[in-house]
Amino acid sequence: MGAPLIGARVERKEDYRFLTGAGQYTDDVELPRQSHAAFVRSPHAHAIIKKISLGKAKAAAGVLAIYTGEDFAAAKLGGLPCGWLITDVNGQPMKEPPHPCLAQGKVRYVGDHVAIVIAETVEQARDAAELVEVDYQVLPAVVDGAKARAKGAPQLHEIAPDNTCYVWAIGDKAVTDAAFAKAAHVTKLEFINNRLVPNAIEPRSAIGSYSRADDSYTLYVASQNPHVERLLMTAFVMGLPEHKVRVVAGDVGGGFGSKIYLYAEDVAVTWAAKQLNRPVKWTSDRSEAFLSDAHGRDHHTVAEMAMDKDGRFLGMRVRTTANIGAYLSTFASCVPTILYATLLAGQYKTPVIHCEVTAVFTNTTPVDAYRGAGRPEATYVVERLVETAAREMKLDPAEIRRRNFITEFPYQTPVALQYDIGNYNATMDAAQKLADVSGFSNRKEQSIKNGKLRGLGYAAYIEACGIAPSAIAGSLGARAGLFEAGEVRVHPTGSVTVFTGSHSHGQGHETTFAQVVADRLGMPIENVDIVHGDTSKVLFGMGTYGSRSIAVGGTAIVKALDKIVAKGKKIAAHLMEAAESDVEFDRGVYKVAGTDKQKMFGEVAFAAYVPHNYPHDKLEPGLNENAFYDPSNFTFPAGTYVCEVEVDPETGSVKVDRFTAVDDFGKIINPMIVEGQVHGGLTQGIGQALLEGCRYDDATGQLLTGSFMDYCMPRASDIPSYQVDTRETPCTHNPLGVKGCGEAGAIGAPAAFINAMTDALGVKDMPMPATPQAVWQVLKNKKAA
Amino acid sequence: MAIKVSLKINGKPASAEVEERTLLVTLIREHLRLTGTHVGCDTAQCGACTVSMNGKAVKSCSILAMQAEGAEVMTIEGVAKPDGTLHPMQAAFKEHHGLQCGFCTPGMVMNAIDFAKNHPSPTEQEIREALEGNLCRCTGYHNIVKAIGAGARAMAAGK
Amino acid sequence: MHAFKYHRPSSVNDAAALAKGEAKLLAGGQTLVQTMKLRLASPSDIVDLGSIKDLAGIKSDGKTVTIGAMTRHADVAHSADVKKAIPALAALAGMIGDRQVRAMGTIGGSLANNDPAADYPAAVLGLGATVVTNKRKLSPDEFFKGLFTTALGAGEIITAVSFPVPKRAAYTKFKNPASRFAIVGVFVADFGTGGKDSARVAVTGAGPGVFRQADMEKALAAKFAPESVAGIKQKADGLNTDLHASAEYRAHLVTVMAKRAVAAAIK
Repeated sequence: MGAPLIGARVERKEDYRFLTGAGQYTDDVELPRQSHAAFVRSPHAHAIIKKISLGKAKAAAGVLAIYTGEDFAAAKLGGLPCGWLITDVNGQPMKEPPHPCLAQGKVRYVGDHVAIVIAETVEQARDAAELVEVDYQVLPAVVDGAKARAKGAPQLHEIAPDNTCYVWAIGDKAVTDAAFAKAAHVTKLEFINNRLVPNAIEPRSAIGSYSRADDSYTLYVASQNPHVERLLMTAFVMGLPEHKVRVVAGDVGGGFGSKIYLYAEDVAVTWAAKQLNRPVKWTSDRSEAFLSDAHGRDHHTVAEMAMDKDGRFLGMRVRTTANIGAYLSTFASCVPTILYATLLAGQYKTPVIHCEVTAVFTNTTPVDAYRGAGRPEATYVVERLVETAAREMKLDPAEIRRRNFITEFPYQTPVALQYDIGNYNATMDAAQKLADVSGFSNRKEQSIKNGKLRGLGYAAYIEACGIAPSAIAGSLGARAGLFEAGEVRVHPTGSVTVFTGSHSHGQGHETTFAQVVADRLGMPIENVDIVHGDTSKVLFGMGTYGSRSIAVGGTAIVKALDKIVAKGKKIAAHLMEAAESDVEFDRGVYKVAGTDKQKMFGEVAFAAYVPHNYPHDKLEPGLNENAFYDPSNFTFPAGTYVCEVEVDPETGSVKVDRFTAVDDFGKIINPMIVEGQVHGGLTQGIGQALLEGCRYDDATGQLLTGSFMDYCMPRASDIPSYQVDTRETPCTHNPLGVKGCGEAGAIGAPAAFINAMTDALGVKDMPMPATPQAVWQVLKNKKAA
Repeated sequence: MAIKVSLKINGKPASAEVEERTLLVTLIREHLRLTGTHVGCDTAQCGACTVSMNGKAVKSCSILAMQAEGAEVMTIEGVAKPDGTLHPMQAAFKEHHGLQCGFCTPGMVMNAIDFAKNHPSPTEQEIREALEGNLCRCTGYHNIVKAIGAGARAMAAGK
Repeated sequence: MHAFKYHRPSSVNDAAALAKGEAKLLAGGQTLVQTMKLRLASPSDIVDLGSIKDLAGIKSDGKTVTIGAMTRHADVAHSADVKKAIPALAALAGMIGDRQVRAMGTIGGSLANNDPAADYPAAVLGLGATVVTNKRKLSPDEFFKGLFTTALGAGEIITAVSFPVPKRAAYTKFKNPASRFAIVGVFVADFGTGGKDSARVAVTGAGPGVFRQADMEKALAAKFAPESVAGIKQKADGLNTDLHASAEYRAHLVTVMAKRAVAAAIK
């Protein structure tokens, strides 16, 4: 028995295949007789389809079939469903307009699906797609969420007047208004949380195949949650029984939310595979990905914080318009509500909060969860307000936070959540030290000498992870359970295969989960393999998003391990002729207390499969257990980030000079992997604040940032090396004490960065992204004013 | 129209009948079925398709298959030793957790090996600049930068 | 990509004979292949210059550096001859695209494309280089004809570019954060001859094509120092406006980049 694996920096089991080119991503799969699909997409943001002529395209070389919305309607394929019902302030359900896989008479954003063209080769499919003639009657378009409800704005859906999906609110408005009435100071900000394009480097890909032999389908797809994809596709769209559909999501090249959803392309290739009796493959190119992968963020917010004379928070008021795009994507409705407004307490004892969210349809790509999903937007609201308030009240930004930190747990916030545990002063202390905040003034002086501006900003974020207790989620409108499933299969010789409903697309589950299992069973990590991403192998799964994998998926595995250990104890007791109550288990060894009798786990496993000497009257042979785990609460990772920027005032260029992150993720299984998750999240957060911004043309609704030539992805030279550390308050309600770490960086970084920018520039607000031109403009405006 | 292209791939001669409009990356992935080389964009910026051609790291999505006629091409599949032992740069990526989803990784490694040949002990700044043509969405580059530094030093030490 | 017919001529003459109608010459392909892939260009024929001997190579005689049209950016960036004679030119080549692109992209391809945000045009104009084709020799003023346009006629192929060696020079580039092309790039050269063309200032990225900044050239001819240009404002009229930079911002950057280029040149 070696050193404990939990807490160790174990190198990843999955790396060898990725480093040698042996990964199997969806586009790497080639099925016999595979055909290829291309989609005809709308070039207009809003238009009526008057006529589609397929003659020329059908006659093109290699074309096998072309299907349009008419074919899908005739086949009675349903629209894409939304998995979360939000109830409007007036008590009515949100407006759920039809979301057809292929347009039914109208297109509502550039990139909307008009037809699927299937041919022998990719290039032939694309050649033919260009020959599909669509006669459009172009309509005026609206792309800006803030303008969608204006009088005379183009209307997207008949059933959603004023393009309004819902108006939703949380908190007590009257009590909040009263708190503002007695405030000594009110800080108010208005800003846009910019729309982002997720851009996992692996573009989406899907291969539908069909077998007449047993009337079954297999969909290979780049997905974060194959079981959910199957459930949505079979039950809500295609009307198929689940046991006839297998969904395989093998290696997936990053997701960040964008691969959670059921997409039109997935349905189209699956359905077409049966029509053609041939596999149909589609792989997005990057240009298509910009148009068709669900986008993230896009809030327009007015936020206010009320304070007493000492900077103690009295109340908070927030009004947000969330642009959800042309249709409701799978989880679009819960992102700007349940995952956003419930986090507005942040780390603070703000006693009353009221938030109203209006979700609007626009002629843009649907918006859904993107790394952090609602929580980055909430943190941005809270932490921009707090930092600005401190400056306005001439308080140290760290001090105003400390005055308001929640210090007693459990803590019930005024916006529905109950934090189980945390220590916000500890992460603040550590972050200030690691960031050398006390040396900032010297560094600033040096920058000034060099003709540069320097600023420092904090963000003390909190997030709700471990999504989610099904009952609570259900009461808030979720149309699915949010538990996770795991299975531990012990083989006769004692090695173990674990099946998990969580999905790894970069997070390293094959290693982290194996550490948990190997540690518990006292075996080398090589003896444990983790299997995920195939509905025909894994019993069930809700997939990976919301930093839930270790807290929910990991716990399901622990629960299955508990059953394995318990059954093993019975077997060991029998083998050692001892009472079960006298048998103890510790990392692979069953011992009879107070004696030198022991049986190794492997011996017990062998006995379970070769049950010659076995308690057949009490036990079944075999050693295979599964468990479903539904958490009792969310987990609440939190931390403090400190960002330091240097600005070249002549050009507007910004250098992120230092970035420090101290997080509390509870117990950590593999610090190396956790740090990697933080680095990646921070870079996406800095990306949002410094570089990335999805832009549409106001007049035409065309996507202006439709490639990496115009949409600025973070590169290695844009960011610094990070200083990261952790503090630990173990989660109180799961056995591993874990909280989740996947999204923290993206949640906390934007506010820390913009707080540093506004400090450097000496302005109240700096819109995201802080591109050189934008910074130059802000400085120019400041000079003029 | 089909046309024949012949080249050396990972040290072995290979040839295929391809359409003239075939990209080098398509030849590698679809015709030669070496799927370790990936495609992540269509504007030559992500670098996931990076291979070595005649000893230099190039983007195989921006090269016609015909341009590789007679060339010596190495893909990620040809980097480790024949017995499967990782190249020092691959080993450094593993040791320093320089990869997460693995999709950009082959291009990163191919570029890093080429870079390291002329930079036995690179600075952080040099490494970051050398990654101008490779995008990673997972790692935030932090550990990739560390891995390339360590990999370059290991290569120089002849490990 | 649309279908085309592929040719691999072994001489410039053969290539010139094939380069007609809707045919396109393929040099390094770093722009052309992209454009074709996105189906934005659909040439009938591709004439690959990759097998023509003697189109690549660098010669330096102390007064002139001559670079063959098919010379890769990386080879220019790393050339000891170029670094010695015109370090600014080597540095410029090392700023184009990224290292993989530089391993394929060529000077001839870049100039023939004449992207308004490309780097090489700034060096050609800033140094008053000569563009040599299979038919004639062209000055920069004769060669560059504005947005993606050059004086190259049908069957005309750039074979080399000759750069006169200045006393000192530098190139500064303010990159588009997304594409890494120049939002504004300024090449300054000091030939130390005193009179007209003693100092040259070429601006790329800012306008529809590379252009000279006459006011700055005049000031620098009088005194080659950063302060000579620091107060000279570039007019915004006619400059490019896009998502990343307005004409006004570009105009501002021209002055800043010019000032920094001069500072770098005299270092």
